[in-house]
Amino acid sequence: MRTCAESFELYALRALGREWGAVRLPQPTEISLCDQLVLIGSGMIWNVYFGALAVVAGFFLATLVALGKSSASPLLRAPAAAFVFVFRGSPLFIQFFFAYEAFVLLPRAGVTIDLGLVTITAETRWLTRAWAGALVVLFLNTSAYTAEIFHGALKAVPRADLEAADAYGLAGFARFRRIVWPTMLRLAWPSYTNEAIFLFHATTLVFFSGFPAWQQSGDALYYADYFADATFNPFVPYPIAAAYFVVLTLAITFAFGLVNRRLNRHLPAALRPRLRFRPQLMR
Amino acid sequence: MFAFCADPSVLTGWQWFACYLTSGTHLAFYWSFGTVLLLLALAAPAALAFGFAGALAARSRFLPARAAGGTYIAMVRGVPDIVFFLFVPIAVDQGIEYLIHHARCPDWTEPIRRGAEFAVCPEAKVPQPSASRLAQDTYAFVLALAAFALVFGAFAANTLRGAMAAVPRAQLETAEAYGMSRGQAFRRVLLPQMWVYALPGLSNLWQILVKSTPLLFLLGIQDIVYWARELGGSKTSIYAYPHPDWRMFYFLAVLAFYLGLTWVSERVFAALMRRLSHGQATAAGEALRRAAA
Repeated sequence: MRTCAESFELYALRALGREWGAVRLPQPTEISLCDQLVLIGSGMIWNVYFGALAVVAGFFLATLVALGKSSASPLLRAPAAAFVFVFRGSPLFIQFFFAYEAFVLLPRAGVTIDLGLVTITAETRWLTRAWAGALVVLFLNTSAYTAEIFHGALKAVPRADLEAADAYGLAGFARFRRIVWPTMLRLAWPSYTNEAIFLFHATTLVFFSGFPAWQQSGDALYYADYFADATFNPFVPYPIAAAYFVVLTLAITFAFGLVNRRLNRHLPAALRPRLRFRPQLMR
Repeated sequence: MFAFCADPSVLTGWQWFACYLTSGTHLAFYWSFGTVLLLLALAAPAALAFGFAGALAARSRFLPARAAGGTYIAMVRGVPDIVFFLFVPIAVDQGIEYLIHHARCPDWTEPIRRGAEFAVCPEAKVPQPSASRLAQDTYAFVLALAAFALVFGAFAANTLRGAMAAVPRAQLETAEAYGMSRGQAFRRVLLPQMWVYALPGLSNLWQILVKSTPLLFLLGIQDIVYWARELGGSKTSIYAYPHPDWRMFYFLAVLAFYLGLTWVSERVFAALMRRLSHGQATAAGEALRRAAA
């Protein structure tokens, strides 16, 4: 049996690939509790990577889509609404499969784009790898869900706020940046926190949905599943993965709580809206 | 299916597609859509029953029941649902085998968990290896159903608990003033009124349930995803209907199926909400009253 220090050395970064630790995963006869703790924790690197990048990038696209959906022009409204409908109305699991199969069909040599004067060859191979392909899907998916939240918040911005902005002579982008946007964020923040939590949970689907775990480097649930299969004992690896996710959920709630406090810093403490985790948004 | 399908190699154009899309494996693919609808039809009431029990336990005056209900509701928060979908079927399966093992093989002395093995006596294996293919499939489906009912039951319990708490207090005080017992007030006053508060949450939950049905694939059931991968993969000329990699189009069809399903559900729930709001002390009920007057 390995000691815990040895497990840590072999598997702490194993999720990144073969060069970062032991070549082989622990074999069925030699699996210790430390192996499971360390390797499943190592898989969390991918969950945090997918979740963090998708949430940050999705925030910007979601703001644009929400504005498009609230726009008076049908030319902007229709595509924004269609985008939200497609990504919210279908299972993320199927979106992963569809995207993977679509990326596989892209030509191996890359796509050549002829711009008249110059031609660009876009490399497309990496899109079939989870780190890029799944990230694109998660980014689009969270953008749609977040856009719906932001759209609701935009509709709920108090009319008096907008009238006050008009009275001060604020218009156009200045009015958006200083009045509409901060109020929208304030209203949307509790729901947005939930969305972020569920996005992090949804990252567990990546390695079960077409995208291959290259060199057996997968996320926390991929390794938990590996251990459950190898030991025929689901009662150890799944609770370990669950515990890691509870910690991650608490960390997200804390981080979003900090932002929430900053957004509402003009209010007396008792009036600030509390963040409550309500599991009602999911994919 | 059609008379002209006898020799696929000479077919062209629409006839090729007509025969291709009605081949035996494609009919199995269409049946798997039925599996999804069957799962929805069974999982929704099962989850509602679990949810109702959970909500009642969480409101109970008896402390252990309240703690159990609260734990059940809290359990699903903070943990990805897919962990439960992977965990529950195998845990339930081992639990059943463990119980049968103790009932049928009391003389068995060796430990059940030996290293990387879960060894019960041959009589305790579920399903028995001799069982028919249909029986094995049914067993896997029932285990999946248990996982869905358990996870969505916890979400439903949370929604129903909130709905029970949202019924105006004055309604229950009136019931007490009429001399109703706690049980009577619950059945006659609280229960009929809570649904309008529960419906937005439950409709949301239904949409989530619809969108988690492809997870059946993870549980080894031959569902839509399984067939889409199977049928779409490129077929060489040794097959009756050779074609290149069409998996993308199959998943596109599956995507369209789910979009249709969620779109129809949304319509149905909007109509249901309008019906339930009749005569209720809510803003929607008030709006209906005004429109009628």
